[in-house]
Amino acid sequence: MQASAKPEFSVNIVTNMTTPASRETAAALPMRMTISKLNFFYGPKQILFDISMGIADKKVTALIGPSGCGKSTLLRTLNRMYETVGTSRLEGEILLDGQNILAQDVTALRRRVGMVFQRPNPFPKSIFDNVAYGPRINGYKGSLADTVEKSLRHAALWDEVKDHLHKSAYELSGGQQQRLCIARALAVEPEVLLMDEPCSALDPISTAKIEELMVELKNLTTIAIVTHNMQQAARVSDFTAFLLTGQIIEFSPTPHLFTTPSDPRTEAYITGRFG
Amino acid sequence: MATTTTAMKSAGPMSGSRSFLAKLRNGDEIVRLITLIFAATVVLITAALVWELWANSALPRQKFGLNFFVTSVWDPIMDQFGALPFIYGTMVTSAVALVIAVPLGIGAAIFLAELAPPRVSDTLQFFIDLLAAVPSVIYGLLGVFIVVPLMRTVIYPALNKPFGYLPIFKGPSYGVGFMTAGIVLAIMVIPYIISVSREVLLSVPRDQREAALALGSTRWESTWKVVVPFAKTGIMGSIFLALARALGETMAVTMVIGNTPKIAASLFAPGYSIAAVIANEFTEATGDLYLQSLIALGLVLFLLTFILNGLARLLIVVTTQKGSEAGG
Amino acid sequence: MMDGRLRWRKFVSNFMLAMTGVCAIVSVLVLFFILGYLLFNGGTSINWDFFTKLPKPVGETGGGMSNAIVGSGKILLMASIIGVPIGFLGGIYLAEFSGKGVASVVRYAADLLNGVPSIVIGIFAYSLVVLPFKHFSAYAGAFALGIMMIPITLRSTEEFLKSVPRMLREGAMALGASRWKTIATVIVPAAYRGIMTAILLALARVAGETAPLLFTAFGNRFESHGWSQPTATLPVMIYTYAVSPYDDWHRQAWAAGLVLLGLVLIINILARTILSRGIAVPRS
Repeated sequence: MQASAKPEFSVNIVTNMTTPASRETAAALPMRMTISKLNFFYGPKQILFDISMGIADKKVTALIGPSGCGKSTLLRTLNRMYETVGTSRLEGEILLDGQNILAQDVTALRRRVGMVFQRPNPFPKSIFDNVAYGPRINGYKGSLADTVEKSLRHAALWDEVKDHLHKSAYELSGGQQQRLCIARALAVEPEVLLMDEPCSALDPISTAKIEELMVELKNLTTIAIVTHNMQQAARVSDFTAFLLTGQIIEFSPTPHLFTTPSDPRTEAYITGRFG
Repeated sequence: MATTTTAMKSAGPMSGSRSFLAKLRNGDEIVRLITLIFAATVVLITAALVWELWANSALPRQKFGLNFFVTSVWDPIMDQFGALPFIYGTMVTSAVALVIAVPLGIGAAIFLAELAPPRVSDTLQFFIDLLAAVPSVIYGLLGVFIVVPLMRTVIYPALNKPFGYLPIFKGPSYGVGFMTAGIVLAIMVIPYIISVSREVLLSVPRDQREAALALGSTRWESTWKVVVPFAKTGIMGSIFLALARALGETMAVTMVIGNTPKIAASLFAPGYSIAAVIANEFTEATGDLYLQSLIALGLVLFLLTFILNGLARLLIVVTTQKGSEAGG
Repeated sequence: MMDGRLRWRKFVSNFMLAMTGVCAIVSVLVLFFILGYLLFNGGTSINWDFFTKLPKPVGETGGGMSNAIVGSGKILLMASIIGVPIGFLGGIYLAEFSGKGVASVVRYAADLLNGVPSIVIGIFAYSLVVLPFKHFSAYAGAFALGIMMIPITLRSTEEFLKSVPRMLREGAMALGASRWKTIATVIVPAAYRGIMTAILLALARVAGETAPLLFTAFGNRFESHGWSQPTATLPVMIYTYAVSPYDDWHRQAWAAGLVLLGLVLIINILARTILSRGIAVPRS
């Protein structure tokens, strides 16, 4: 299979979307990543059951659900980060631009699928060196200064740090550190950016800034976000998948899922009856 | 019950001032006093040690002053005592030891902390702890009968033939010398570097490594460029600890250093260390100046290890705290 | 991004990680090498004579180290009698009775003492116990080694006592037990295993020490009676014999080395595995 600009999607993904209207919307969109019949295990315990869905190109896809439903686990399969735990096992297929990521080299994959973590985790280096880390190890031949500036601008952090690039990253506030981590991830120009509850450790103002950012960033890169904040999902995402105990209960365009959910369990969750 | 007795007592007119005897009758107070005395003894012993060292090294301090540290003559017959050859020997052997032990130790610690599965890591650490428990005199034994011949037959030719023009590799070898002592010391301090560095590396928060991997680093890149720098201060601490151990090492060094109070550039030359000269000459020292000069050397050693140990502890504490703050 | 560069980076990664494995294996192998060598050289020299006979006059072959074995035993026993109570009771004070200020002073003193090179401890013991009485003695040796046992015993006692759950203490006190009774009958027994482990490790550490004995107990070619004579000890014998020019003495040094190492390792393994199952064991 060749990587194409507008990759095909599997019909299965679309039929997971439960209404004809949403199927039509989805049918028109290229999928950057598709997940087929994914089953995931930590040792003997199964965490994810028969997951099939797609991450639409240049859109924001949100994964929501109560704690323990497996949404973070699912996100972490997309850049094979689960492999850092010895007992994990995965069955099924995950395609990036039509190619199975499980058959690729994991280091190359992770350059293409970046990740921002729940708590800001800048390296014990300067702001500049944090952002430059990715390009440096990948042997970037161009101007590091330009790349760093570009990434910091995309992360809406440039103006605040441009005169302090050589200060330690730990001198920044929590919200700034998280935007630094976003800039760092963007510096390697990933095709997909995974965000694992990126605002849960931040104050409301920083959260708002990052939500604004996400809406702009999707022009640059495809985004998949895990969030336990439903309002956030409703505000920033184009597609939402609702998970419960390791299964996808509903996967549809965001406005649809939040206004007219097709499954009673989805409705129960979004109206706050549990979770 | 003691408690009810005192309760009744305090109810009476004398409740405001309990007599000492009354306090004693309360078992708790006796125990508190006794244990306090023992705890105070610890402080007393430490203070006495420092005082004895200082007081019993007065003569050379008076006679030589600070010159003691820069004179390289050690002549008991002429009553001339200078500490320089011993300070030099101690430094050189410790430096050789660190050059060998630090890369090996940090490498092993990285393996144990980052790569090995927990069971393997714990088992290997167990053996390394046993290595730290081997007595110094046993290392000396092995030094004399294994390292010394090895030096003569293998190491010296390997270094002297190609690099003999360098001052540190010049000259003949008698088997004993700075380098032999350095090698034996290296083996003795590796366990300290490994165990402390391993703990410090293990305390680096997971998401540092994950962030590096998520940017497309190889495992080595994430370890070497992110995890190790994060733990840098603690690793420095482990090196200071190892250095403190190396400085105070007596028996193994005495048995393989050559016991010659001379400063020489070549690592193959025989030399002397502070601990070694004290061990060898203390019982033979005739005259107060001689003996007190040796004690003065002991004081120097004490101060050096005191500073190093203090720094080491500071560095290690700082790193493990940083790890738990930055989001473990 | 070039495939060639990635391939090189992966090669470097695998290579360097393999090298760290080599470092770890080499470090552990040294232990086994030491053991093996001692077993080989010492094992062949150990015989009944070694344990039962006195050393022969210089230059003659044969004889044993019975006096050194007994001497070490005596000195270690007395060292424990000196060091353990101070460390143990002092630790109780720190854990149960003291305020913050006093505690940190005592702890600091103990840590300082712990870092003092053993030969300097020997100098101290010499000044205090040899000089005034004008002769070497088992007392002096025991004093030096006893001091070395204090810091480990003290810190470990404090830590293990502190780690006893509050519920246990409060349960005892609620039954009307006084403070000291609670400590003696509930808290100390609960922390017993950890404290025993630490004491054994401290003992193993001083059992192998040579430097502090060089000018305290000094040494003796014959049996020492009582405690106030110069006394032979195993570590000092090893040293003396190893640096001598006699082959037979070398042989005996190996044997003694094996016995000493065996003793030290067995105590360590015992303490670390049997006693401390599950407890965090203090590193030296």
